[in-house]
Amino acid sequence: MTATADKATATPVETVTLTIDGTEVTVPKNTLIIRAAEQAGIEIPRFCDHPALKPAGACRQCLVDVAAPDREGNVRPFPKPQASCTMTAMDGMIVNTQHTSEEAERAQKGVMELLLINHPLDCPTCDKGGECPLQNQALSAGRPESRFVDTKRVFEKPLPLSSEILLDRERCILCQRCTRFSKEIAGDAFIDLQNRGAMQQIGTFDEDVLGFDGYGPVGVAAEDESGKAFSSYFSGNTVQICPVGALTSAAYRFRSRPFDLVSSASISEHDSSGSAIRVDHRHGTVMRRLADLDPVVNEDWITDKDRFAFKWQNLDDRLTKPLLRNDEGELVEVPWPDALEAVAAGLAHATREEDSKGAAVLPGGRVTLEDAYAYGKFARTVLGTNDVDTRSRIASDEEQSFLGAHVAGTGMGVTFADLENAPSVLLVGFEAEDEGGVVFLRMFKSVGKQQVFTVAPLVSPGSAKLGATLVPAVPGAEGAALAGLDKDTVKALSEDGAVIIVGERAAGSAGALTEALKLSEKTGASIAWIPRRAGERGAVDAGALPGLLPGGRDAGSAKARAEVAEVWGVDDLPGARGRDAAAILVAAGAKRLDALIVGGVTPSDLTGDALKALENTPFVVSLEVRRSEVSEYADVVLPVAPPTEKSGTYVNWEGRLRGFATAIPTDAIPDHRVLSLIAREMGVDLGTNSLAAIANEIAALGATDASARPKAPAVKPAAQKAAKKKDLVLASWHQLVDEGSLQDGEPYLAGTGRTAVARVSQATADALGVTDGMVTLMGRSRRSLELPVHVTDMVDGVVWVPSKSPGSWVARDLGLEPGDSITVKGGV
Amino acid sequence: MTDLTPVLSATWGAENSWTLDTYTNHGGYAGLKKALAMEPTDIVAAVKDSGLRGRGGAGFPTGMKWGFLPPDDGLPRYLVVNADESEPGTCKDIPTMLSAPHTLIEGVAITSFAIGCNHAFIYVRGEVVHVYRRLMKAVEEAYAAGHLGKNIHGTGFDLDVTVHAGAGAYICGEETALLDSLEGRRGQPRLKPPFPAVAGLYARPTVVNNVESIASVPAIIDRGVDWFTSMGTERSKGMGFFSLSGHVKNPGQYEAPLGITLRELLEMAGGMREGHELKFWTPGGSSTPIFTDEHLDTPLDYESVGAAGSMLGTRALQIFDETTCVVRAVTRWTEFYKHESCGKCTPCREGTYWLALILKRLEAGTGTEADIQQLLDTCDSILGRAFCALGDGATSCITSSVKLFKEEYEAHVTQGGCPFDHSASALFEYADASDAPAIEEAHA
Repeated sequence: MTATADKATATPVETVTLTIDGTEVTVPKNTLIIRAAEQAGIEIPRFCDHPALKPAGACRQCLVDVAAPDREGNVRPFPKPQASCTMTAMDGMIVNTQHTSEEAERAQKGVMELLLINHPLDCPTCDKGGECPLQNQALSAGRPESRFVDTKRVFEKPLPLSSEILLDRERCILCQRCTRFSKEIAGDAFIDLQNRGAMQQIGTFDEDVLGFDGYGPVGVAAEDESGKAFSSYFSGNTVQICPVGALTSAAYRFRSRPFDLVSSASISEHDSSGSAIRVDHRHGTVMRRLADLDPVVNEDWITDKDRFAFKWQNLDDRLTKPLLRNDEGELVEVPWPDALEAVAAGLAHATREEDSKGAAVLPGGRVTLEDAYAYGKFARTVLGTNDVDTRSRIASDEEQSFLGAHVAGTGMGVTFADLENAPSVLLVGFEAEDEGGVVFLRMFKSVGKQQVFTVAPLVSPGSAKLGATLVPAVPGAEGAALAGLDKDTVKALSEDGAVIIVGERAAGSAGALTEALKLSEKTGASIAWIPRRAGERGAVDAGALPGLLPGGRDAGSAKARAEVAEVWGVDDLPGARGRDAAAILVAAGAKRLDALIVGGVTPSDLTGDALKALENTPFVVSLEVRRSEVSEYADVVLPVAPPTEKSGTYVNWEGRLRGFATAIPTDAIPDHRVLSLIAREMGVDLGTNSLAAIANEIAALGATDASARPKAPAVKPAAQKAAKKKDLVLASWHQLVDEGSLQDGEPYLAGTGRTAVARVSQATADALGVTDGMVTLMGRSRRSLELPVHVTDMVDGVVWVPSKSPGSWVARDLGLEPGDSITVKGGV
Repeated sequence: MTDLTPVLSATWGAENSWTLDTYTNHGGYAGLKKALAMEPTDIVAAVKDSGLRGRGGAGFPTGMKWGFLPPDDGLPRYLVVNADESEPGTCKDIPTMLSAPHTLIEGVAITSFAIGCNHAFIYVRGEVVHVYRRLMKAVEEAYAAGHLGKNIHGTGFDLDVTVHAGAGAYICGEETALLDSLEGRRGQPRLKPPFPAVAGLYARPTVVNNVESIASVPAIIDRGVDWFTSMGTERSKGMGFFSLSGHVKNPGQYEAPLGITLRELLEMAGGMREGHELKFWTPGGSSTPIFTDEHLDTPLDYESVGAAGSMLGTRALQIFDETTCVVRAVTRWTEFYKHESCGKCTPCREGTYWLALILKRLEAGTGTEADIQQLLDTCDSILGRAFCALGDGATSCITSSVKLFKEEYEAHVTQGGCPFDHSASALFEYADASDAPAIEEAHA
């Protein structure tokens, strides 16, 4: 264990000892009786109780008999059964559950009967049937026959709370887990209790949706900018914690029975948190995904993207056989040997002949550690180039130096727990909710105890929920903002345990990472780099960046190259400076490359002209799960396995290895094996055929010392870029639910995304002459974006738009990056 | 024979009794003047010594409640007056606030001074708009007269009073639900602990008291502890309102020492309706188990009523003569509880829903013998299982009436209908049956 991971102080925990069903149990003070019983292996039935939520005491299913010592120490029984989910254990307490107390058993049976009187008998068609706490406990504590002979309460069903979440109110037992989750965990009040008594129900705030029978809906709903009831990035968790089948997802409803599913533990491919998930599949098809409990990472929760976005792996455009472009220019299916032969020939031509201009590799940011390692090694040992970069996003040399000096191969740094316990957190080029998912949930736990600062042009809705203080910065000028932090902020960040989070967008702001490091040094705050994509950190560790070899080694350092060459069993490694992804595209576009190997890169995510680059490259190999835009330009398309069908490791932003096994075994091949096959065809033993082989090599390489690492960046912060006359500066980031390609094929999820708007300040809006209606953002190409304007309290002279939301594809349609100047016109 | 002892109601008969002038002319605000010259701790001690017990129904000693507040930490602490009087039969606070609102305001000022509160709230039941207006006007008058506001009577004591109207939910009479409602949240009871004395309104130490309790404070301070303790019984000191309603000749508020009996009260009220005799009655509102004529001589104090199997509650004596169908009365009460259940916990929400269905069937004569047992079983699943005391309250009338009048329930089953002439029990022109559905719909 590294020193940072072992911070837990050894203060002795105050304990109490009580007796439950005759068994003595010692638990920490303030433990709830129901938890203490769990520790003794005694299960008390419950519905509203959830360990991650505050006690409610609403369902009353967990009633037990309790006797406790009074002031004189005489143990006296409480006159009536007590809810074990709300009462804390105390020394000398005697608890008798349904196992040992007739009274407790009678109380529980009574509550069960009441819960069932209005509950429909639709278990055979209910999604929850077979894994339903109510069904299970009805069998253990219910009566064999109902004594209820009257008419059951009925509601119109299902009630769509959002495009994804459906509510069957008649199944609801009003345990309030979902509403408590919304308030306590996600901070999005998108549902609440409505009406009262027997007509009490969970509802949205939309008057038109519920028949309120004279009552109006009460409460303030979370809304997005358009006024659309916003259904939360985390709403799927409510389905999972619903103890009955009241909340279901449109994606899974009526699709399967739980007992027909095979469950496989896995890790989400959607972000850099490495959330533990459970993949439930039937006959080789993924039916749904759930959050797996991982107390140190995602706890009980995942984002809706983690949960619902998995169809992309098996849409109609899924590739299963290699494709080769024939003489007519059409892609035709060919056997693997033919495809590999063609690839080997094309790459040899591009790299091994006298006039060869060389090849470059764009693996994309969604690779596993092993795949990234294989791509990096393939580039260096087979193609003889450092032109390999996973960063198909905003990037810079400064960032590479930062990553090499402080991130690559450094193992576990700041953890989720550190983040939760941090007294203060500074966000630089990072939006916790949109770009961090469960990172936001961790930070939300500490609202009120943690000071949050955000270096940004505005306090986003997510940052507002964290109570963040704005350190105003025009995109591109974050470095200057960091250099000029006021005393109070610096003081707050000097507190023990403070954390500075830099996001991947910090790379787009010259000097921001340099200044963040300086600030970290000055204040003692730890620094954490949280990129968006799942493969980013692994790629940095594995050396799939042009200037980085595995273990933080500087590709420009002879010592570093020698260390790696020794393990790889090669004479030397290419010493020429590699080009980053953007430069590779420029080179390819200018016909200065003979071949491109493209992994999971979506051209529309790239600001540079990716299509021109692909078109102007004589030989393009695509390693993809799905037929994509790249395929149209590819000479050979090699199908690779989607995450569900392969094993591997993601390295999450903490530096934690998140290994996962194959959920559904198929004959699909992971990238690292495909690369190994190509190499073999070209006469090179890449040694990346198996995960074990790669793991051994990575272990043998280890991390290097400072002498072989890149130097920490020293870039002067850019002064605010002077926008051209009347132009604005572009600000943009990806919203969590948007039109990213891994969310394809999931319309119900897409419907929960926030509406795209263009945000400007009041003064900027006045200068533009628009305060509502549409604005046009003119891009570098001829294309433009038209979006509704939304006046926001934010920095003047800046326009913010989401990066890839419906109607707002910034990279493709504007060809601009955050920090670029942009012409905005109103009144269209 | 016990005499009436009008204290809170002493000025109700006066011209414009609700005005500050009338109240002052009758010696009002003398208690405040006296209190402001006392040490706050002495006021708390006096109320403790007086033995005043919460008049909202639970009967918890008022002074002791004040004493639970943690030591002053210089931050706000609050007094909240529970004026959300909503229980069927209970009708004492509303007339108090209507006829003599200044007794309450004076009590608020004295109590606030005693507990170190600078902002008090009066949470008034939303339906009684006239009372709300009158209270607002009275507060305005009190401010103008310097009884409220900054530096009250030169003592340096500041007090603001906010009168807040609820939105018509019985549950908001439960003190923690009241606090949530006052904070602008959904009115549902809170988990205890923490108790309001530790973390109440806005999570600050808070005293929640009933209107009558607070309105009794000025007299205790003005006339002294001995005067107060001279009334009542050993453990139920002082006077209180006895609200007689139903089949009595002169229904109304009878302010008398605790320990008075129904027999005495009935005498004061001119007896039962002409030609009729007592069948059953509630000693403390619909949430208390019913009594019969056997209990005519039960002293109406906390201990005696408790010993006899009921609760003194709010001393709301709903009196029914022999023309009344118990099943019908209990059904109406139960419909009330079903309608007013806040919905938070299973036993109360589902239980009252079920009880109402069964009772309606029984009343209509379509019930069975098993239904009567089901009533008791369902009550058993609610009593002591619900989140707050309101669930328990819903069962009292059912279990007590089945115990006392089981044969009447059975008669409904065997006769296939109600054996009573409903018009006979009405106090007004009554066309039977036809308006029942309308009432049911209104309460659905």
